[in-house]
Amino acid sequence: MFKLFNRIPKSSFRSGFQPRLTYQPVSIRFISTEIKDAIQKAVDSSKIVLFMKGTPEFPQCGFSRASIQILGQQGVDPEKFAAYNVLEDQELREGIKEFSNWPTIPQLYVDGEFIGGCDIIMSMAKSGELAELLENSDCLVPEEPELESNVQPQERN
Amino acid sequence: MSLTVDSLKQIITDRLSAVVAEVEDVSGGCGQAFVVIIVSDVFKGKNKLMRHRLVNNALKDEIAVIHAFTQKSFTVEEWEKQGGKLA
Repeated sequence: MFKLFNRIPKSSFRSGFQPRLTYQPVSIRFISTEIKDAIQKAVDSSKIVLFMKGTPEFPQCGFSRASIQILGQQGVDPEKFAAYNVLEDQELREGIKEFSNWPTIPQLYVDGEFIGGCDIIMSMAKSGELAELLENSDCLVPEEPELESNVQPQERN
Repeated sequence: MSLTVDSLKQIITDRLSAVVAEVEDVSGGCGQAFVVIIVSDVFKGKNKLMRHRLVNNALKDEIAVIHAFTQKSFTVEEWEKQGGKLA
């Protein structure tokens, strides 16, 4: 389960929902334009965006945990990844469901496009579609040829 | 509204023309978490996202009141191909 953090340093995960919006004490069925704009900004903030419960270091739901794990295993580049904790912001938590027209969390966006929730992430990972998508969107950690050249000749097999 | 395995199964069968609806309550009894397998030809020609959306829309009110919902969807052909039995 800690595999992810070998590849993705936690400092590179952004959490929190910026900008923070003032709470409006009215019960609204449809999300306001401001919330929608804020969510759109979040979606556009990185190539890969995950709306989740908890943080990548401390997921607070098994589905969010599984999703983070999969993204880590796929070799997602932390520079191109942002996570938003919906538990920190009630407006985001409710708003994102309507924004994506998707009833559950986590929710994955790649290049601004809604990909799906945990079930879809898992089945795409299994079928290889996720790797393909991330590769094509240039979201994976780049190969590091310089590491190769650092290896001493006697260490090579 | 509280959902049971049977009521959810019935709802899925009715609303999604499912020939197989397997519902498992994984909540430990509180009726808050379900894993479902749905076999129906309404999924024909639809990709995963579209299938999930279809199910999410059909079960909108139900999903809203539960905590966790995991779905797998197959067409009759896909189901048989992977060795599933039709009820």
